[in-house]
Amino acid sequence: MNMDSERDSKGVVLTPEQSKSRRQRNIAIGLAVGFLVLLFYAVTIVKVGPGVLNRPL
Amino acid sequence: MTFVGESRSVSGLAAISAAGPDDYVALLKPRVMSLVVFTALTGLVLSPQHVNIVIGFASLLAIAVGAGAAGALNMWYDADIDAVMRRTSRRPIPTGKVTRQEALAFGLTLAIFAVLTLGLVANLLAAALLAFTIFFYVVIYTMWLKRLTPQNIVIGGAAGALPPVVGYVAATGQVSLAALVLFAIIFVWTPPHFWALALVRSGDYGRAGVPMMPNVKGADRTRLEILIYSLVLAALGVLPFVLGFASPVYGVVSAALGAAFVGLAWQVYRLREGDRANKCAMRLFGFSILYLFLLFAEILSERLIASAMGFLR
Repeated sequence: MNMDSERDSKGVVLTPEQSKSRRQRNIAIGLAVGFLVLLFYAVTIVKVGPGVLNRPL
Repeated sequence: MTFVGESRSVSGLAAISAAGPDDYVALLKPRVMSLVVFTALTGLVLSPQHVNIVIGFASLLAIAVGAGAAGALNMWYDADIDAVMRRTSRRPIPTGKVTRQEALAFGLTLAIFAVLTLGLVANLLAAALLAFTIFFYVVIYTMWLKRLTPQNIVIGGAAGALPPVVGYVAATGQVSLAALVLFAIIFVWTPPHFWALALVRSGDYGRAGVPMMPNVKGADRTRLEILIYSLVLAALGVLPFVLGFASPVYGVVSAALGAAFVGLAWQVYRLREGDRANKCAMRLFGFSILYLFLLFAEILSERLIASAMGFLR
């Protein structure tokens, strides 16, 4: 098996530095999204009030 | 399939980014952001209306993210200038940690998100003002004026002066004289602040081809303009007390700080040669940051104390 086909069989191979930074980016995005969910929930409660769920079906 | 360690030319695809979250935070210009948050908060608490703490926090966050987005878009456009200037050469794009395309996508996404969020949590006028601030900083200042005229930071200073107005409008839905006075203070503060630094770093700006005042009109003319702007600033700084939206304590503090500002500007005007001249300019640059911080901190603390007293009553 030559070198090119060996690489193909492995797919995309990240360097340790790329793996570490991607993991850190993923954690940061996760935390940011989680924080925004909580923030928009709180804003909704403040703007609409707790009666937001109390409506006729 | 692609072997990621290889260069773009071999693989045909861009290399996967090795940028960490700190590099993306650096794109937001966190120090500028902190000043924006501080001045916007002052505008927010200056409003006569009570602002819910959650709405106030979300509004400030949207304004801060909008300012950060403008910073990222500024770094996207100015990557060539940043690479040759000592002060900016360690930024994420010149060091190769973030590509220009990534900075552009990041900046645009955050800008749209920040404007929409402010529109949802506060009001449409505040969102429109935030959008205008980002547009003014990125298009009018960064893309147009910065490389065109030595008046770049005079006119471009409007973008940095708008956050207290955005904060006030987020709370009230309208513009007031008090908010415009805060705008005027930052607007007039900007030229002496940046020109004091530019006097010392004129070689840096010259290499980058940025027409700052010392490079185009000369150091002497810059020193004169610094002095004139400082006199106007000292007068404007007292206006919040004169117009009745700050206490006599603020009046005394702002007058003393204004006098010190003019004193330092006078030293910059008089001392024109050698190391001492550079030291004077850097002293004025450092003091200008302290001046703006103390002025806004005084207004902020007065309002917070007043609302705490009202709460206790």
